[in-house]
Amino acid sequence: MTKNKLMSSKPKLAWAILCGGLLILAACNKSLNDRSADFPVLNPLKTDANAGDWRPILLASANEFTVPAPLPVFGAPYALEINEIKALQQNISASQLEQINYWGAGTVLRWNETMRELVAKRNLAPVQNADGTYPIPSAANPFGYPEFPFSNPPYSARAYAYLSVAQYDALVACAYYRRLYNRQAPYQIDAQVKALLPANNQPTYPSEEAVVTGATLEIMRRLFPADIALVQAKADQLLQAKLAAGMIVRSDWEAGIALGRSVGLRAAARAGADNMGRAVGTPAEWAALEANAIARNETPWISLEIPKRPPMLPNFGRVRPFLFDSLTTIAIRPPAPPSTRSPQFQQELAEVKSFANGITREQERMVHFWADGVGTYTPPGHWNAIAAEDFVAARFSEVRWARNLALLNMSLMDAGITCWDTKYFYFNPRPSQMDPSIKTTTGLPNFPAYTSGHSTFSGAAATILGHILPSRATAYVAMAKEASDSRLFGGIHYRSDCEVGLAPRKKSRGLCHHPRTNGWGRLSPSRNR
Amino acid sequence: MITISLYKTFTHSALRKRGWGFWVGATMALLPALAQAQTEVDAIMMNKNNFCTGIMYGHNSWKNYWEGTLKRDNANLGTVSSQAIMVMGNYGLKDNLNLLFAVPYISTKASAGTLAGMSGIQDGSIYLKWMPVEIKKGNQYFSVYGIAGASTPLTNYVKDYLPLSIGLGSSNFSGRLMLDYQKGNWFATASAAYFLRSKVQIDRAAYYTTQMHYTSTVQMPNALNLNLRAGWRSSTLIAEAVLDRFQSQGGFDISRNNMPFLSNQMNATRLGVNAKYTLTSIEGLSFIGNAMFTLEGRNMGQTTSWGAGIFYIIDFNRKQKSDDKK
Repeated sequence: MTKNKLMSSKPKLAWAILCGGLLILAACNKSLNDRSADFPVLNPLKTDANAGDWRPILLASANEFTVPAPLPVFGAPYALEINEIKALQQNISASQLEQINYWGAGTVLRWNETMRELVAKRNLAPVQNADGTYPIPSAANPFGYPEFPFSNPPYSARAYAYLSVAQYDALVACAYYRRLYNRQAPYQIDAQVKALLPANNQPTYPSEEAVVTGATLEIMRRLFPADIALVQAKADQLLQAKLAAGMIVRSDWEAGIALGRSVGLRAAARAGADNMGRAVGTPAEWAALEANAIARNETPWISLEIPKRPPMLPNFGRVRPFLFDSLTTIAIRPPAPPSTRSPQFQQELAEVKSFANGITREQERMVHFWADGVGTYTPPGHWNAIAAEDFVAARFSEVRWARNLALLNMSLMDAGITCWDTKYFYFNPRPSQMDPSIKTTTGLPNFPAYTSGHSTFSGAAATILGHILPSRATAYVAMAKEASDSRLFGGIHYRSDCEVGLAPRKKSRGLCHHPRTNGWGRLSPSRNR
Repeated sequence: MITISLYKTFTHSALRKRGWGFWVGATMALLPALAQAQTEVDAIMMNKNNFCTGIMYGHNSWKNYWEGTLKRDNANLGTVSSQAIMVMGNYGLKDNLNLLFAVPYISTKASAGTLAGMSGIQDGSIYLKWMPVEIKKGNQYFSVYGIAGASTPLTNYVKDYLPLSIGLGSSNFSGRLMLDYQKGNWFATASAAYFLRSKVQIDRAAYYTTQMHYTSTVQMPNALNLNLRAGWRSSTLIAEAVLDRFQSQGGFDISRNNMPFLSNQMNATRLGVNAKYTLTSIEGLSFIGNAMFTLEGRNMGQTTSWGAGIFYIIDFNRKQKSDDKK
């Protein structure tokens, strides 16, 4: 067979197929449709200019921290600030425009996303030591190993809450001073300054974006100390974006950062005294949990990790909640789960095994959709992501964004506290401990089963979000149910864990109206949607 | 018996007619399983109207893996193993143009911890193998091959469950250039392939790589494969050593004590042997065995794999000729 003959006819088919394949590939666009990247610029439906009258959560009053009067807009110092904007606007690059649009979607939104990203990055349990013990992350050594923090679900629920609460209080204080000083935006004062983002003609001293950022910096430097350089770099980008967009002058920013930091420090002070420092517990306390369960004639939880890992934050249930006090945590603790010796327990264990042995693809989808395990933003973060997409569509003002996220995240943190209190009070075993033949289709969490954390978080989130956006209430309840069920399908929870965990959402709804928070709570669901 | 003469004198061409080397390696779906046979990677062709088909069993396991570049084990996984049964075929469209296919069924498990193994039909693959150049000089042969391939998941298996998912879930297109040199019975084959990998849809709505992504779509890095094989060929026996390098063109490292993810940078260098024995007593029947070991890797298990298979060649030419005689 000669080469000529080969080249004459036979290659044609091969070439056709090869070329066809390349054409198909060329058509394969590799870009991703990222929902966060596609968020539109925020143009609020309502300005909420009266937010200075809203009740803060931690501050005694909106004007507890003093903000000095701004520069007059006719003097030379202010003219220099306007010049800074004009200089930036002379030559705006594509990447600056990208930053303007990115931050234009909402400062509260973008910092909430940043927190989710930090949680996902650091939601990793430490590797064991050579002797089979585990190191405990320490805020005193955030750059060594183990990294600090291990942003597991309780840790992150609390982190989201402090961030949102600090941002909300900062924005209430900001609204108070913006109305008091009523200094106009640079684009209103100088016709040559172009507004590159929607101009709502609200006063800008101090800057909303800066108070949010000041509060954020103080919270994040404590909760994610190893990431502070990244966070500060983002803050600098935000400042540049808002200056270049003609939305604020530098003194708006600086006054806002100072106010935001003061509020952030107030929130940090609360965090420093909320009992989280004891949440890890001690070996003696871990042993006592087991002894207590045995004393009640129950099978105690045992870590199924190899080597056995100490339980996750056993004293998190004693952290001081936002919406009620620690005595209430105990008062609303659900009744005991079915005893491991009861027929109901055997029935529930058999049900778990039936899912472990015969899960459908749709159930697997639910398991993975709601898994929110290692290396993710956790279930509280998932609910923040769900809320954020709906809040974008609702076009809330920055202060309303912060209020609604504060409501959500206080509910999630407090749900986490009640859930952890319940888990460690009953200290009951996971299905795979009682029947090692039960294999799980998602990672087995290293803490007791009852009640399901996913169910408790989701029940709380669905309830408060349903108040904020009543048109979505049914959808949220359905999502919470699916999140809850997914843990049963995945073989890591009994039905009782899920159903009882989901149920306290009724309670948390009531707790929004708890006397201690009533004044603040009333601002929220009914009048101020 | 009209076909006996085929085996009487061994030539390069005659070998083409009868030979089909296999090795089982975890090339396209890396970390999770052994995936598919790289039948397109050897310098063996079926003659026109010959169809070789068979079944192959493969076993693949690892205890140590590379978390980024850090080699470690994981007591919560123990030894991760997978088994595969593959149905394969190779049809000679022309003497120098073959169509190959493979369909694997895979099951995975971990020997420790609570995570459940997975099983199911993985990715189907087809290849067109074309030999545009064949030069003979004395007892030396030199040939050039171009191989185009495509693979795609045949079932909606769970992708986002490494290291126990059965595959990575991308559809892949590959182009391979291969050179083969033979002198007497000794040969060497070198090839390089580029894999274009499609995006993958996972069950989650968002995921973290080195940043958050708010989408269910995962962008997969493309990949490069280099393959060297050398050994001895005859009409009854092929024995060869294989050195293989798989290199992701991008992707990220598993962070400390994290789970692996689809778009990790998965690299591996593997060394192995492959043998095929063709019976002379039963015409067209052959047995295949192979073993591979991972020397070095990144974001992958240090895999030891072996496989065995049985294949049979159906010659449609002969059937036609016999029919003509009747």
